[in-house]
Amino acid sequence: MNVEVTPLPGIGVRKDFAIRNGRRVGVVTHRDGQIELIVSKSDDPDACLASLPLSTDEAGALANLLGAPQLVAQLTEEHRDLPGINTKQLPIKNASPFDGRTLGDTGMRTRTGVSIVAVMRAGQVHPSPTPDFTFTSGDLLVAVGTSEGLEAAIKILKYG
Amino acid sequence: MDHTALSLIELGAVFFVLGALGRLAAKIGMSPIPLYLVGGLCFGQGGLIPLGDIGPFTHLASEMGVVLLLLLLGLEYSAAELFTGLKRSWMAGVLDIVLNAAPGAAVALILGWGAVGALVMGGVTYISSSGIIAKVLGDLGRLGNRETPVVLSILVFEDLVMALYLPILTALLVGVSVLGGLKAVGISLAVITVVLVVALKFGRYVSALVDSPDREVFLLKVLGAALLVAGAASALQVSAAVGAFLLGIAISGSTAENATHMLEPLRDLFAAVFFVVFGLNTNPAQIPPVLGWAIALAVVTTLTKVATGWWAARRQGVGKMGRARAGAALVARGEFSIVIAGLAVSYGAVDSELAALATAYVLLMAILGPTAARLVEPAARALQRKGSTASAPSTAT
Repeated sequence: MNVEVTPLPGIGVRKDFAIRNGRRVGVVTHRDGQIELIVSKSDDPDACLASLPLSTDEAGALANLLGAPQLVAQLTEEHRDLPGINTKQLPIKNASPFDGRTLGDTGMRTRTGVSIVAVMRAGQVHPSPTPDFTFTSGDLLVAVGTSEGLEAAIKILKYG
Repeated sequence: MDHTALSLIELGAVFFVLGALGRLAAKIGMSPIPLYLVGGLCFGQGGLIPLGDIGPFTHLASEMGVVLLLLLLGLEYSAAELFTGLKRSWMAGVLDIVLNAAPGAAVALILGWGAVGALVMGGVTYISSSGIIAKVLGDLGRLGNRETPVVLSILVFEDLVMALYLPILTALLVGVSVLGGLKAVGISLAVITVVLVVALKFGRYVSALVDSPDREVFLLKVLGAALLVAGAASALQVSAAVGAFLLGIAISGSTAENATHMLEPLRDLFAAVFFVVFGLNTNPAQIPPVLGWAIALAVVTTLTKVATGWWAARRQGVGKMGRARAGAALVARGEFSIVIAGLAVSYGAVDSELAALATAYVLLMAILGPTAARLVEPAARALQRKGSTASAPSTAT
């Protein structure tokens, strides 16, 4: 995702990106730590339909609903003291050969040594998926492994 | 009644009235600056309360008001932001100077106020009010809009121009020779460059110097440093306000945030006194003769600011509606126009009517600015609709 970071001198930073229908979604982080969720208008992409001020707690809750980043950050934090072990979120994209196939089909552990510890789907976390867990496009896999293993895992999910 | 008691009562009454005016301003959703000016006009010239007893206090307090206004402006920016802002917006910034300083300078020349008067009025009509504009953008939920960084980088450019302009103006107001003027400009350019470089490379040391975990110690250190630097700058004829602005830029990171939080109420207090004192020194009887000029300037400089914002936003690939919003957002003039006029009046180097014109102009623009920012979208939409209905039959035939 191509997140655009725009400094707002004297106010803070805006981070946003364009979603598929052309609208922009993002946050404005104020100097004093206040966070605003912004959504652009559909007929005027320069303007904002909404800019909702969120408290830190509210922003955290929203991030949890949206899923993966929070969980991955937490796992990364826990693995901080174990050198060589990384946590990464791997998407099942539209064109992925595993859309509609199972975790077992990927042969992920055998081929790369990477463990899939959770799957995020529609804001829900499915922990410890079994080999017969069926993927669908849009799933985010939370994977733990070495950085080489994770690189290989990305390729497998993309090209089979 | 003894002298101290009378002074306290007067001061209390002034602050209380300002508080009431501020509340009124917040209720009708406008900047309190024009109301403070009106308050000053009322207090002076045989108004409700003659302020003779507290004159010395209000004089010093208004000086501190300017120092704090500029210090907090400097605290808002980091040196890195200033540099990137400068790089991004210098062309729009130059257009901004040319379009918006020219009308003020022209009127000053027509009224026979000479070159210095032209420089002062040029500054008054040029500088947008970053205070009013930042607040309006926040209130209207436009911080996420794509044209907002364009507006902000123009404001950054204007504030940097102020750092150059004020020392030059101070030198000319003192009435130094051309050579002396050049020297003052040279000194101020060198000082500004040194401070920006120091702020960029060693900002954290400056911050560490004033920082303290204890609120009280921190407040005293920041305020003390600001007044020391402002005084030293003033002695070098670089203008106290610029000294404070540069100190603000040099202080960065969390120190700057804490200082902003702590100094904001102080700034509001002393800046309010500054506006009142400016109003006090303006003779309301002089306003009617220059009112026509003030209105003409308001109309012309509204259009020129809109043009500036439109052009700058178009260069960044913003759509028509965004360009109109950027232009209208920049219209407000306020605190810094008064700072410039106040500086000129305090040196007595310009016609006394200038204060009256500046007051009337800022009164108009501080009200017109936020109104324009608010109304630009519905107005542009109405225009668009009119345009599309007018063009619809012609495409049908």
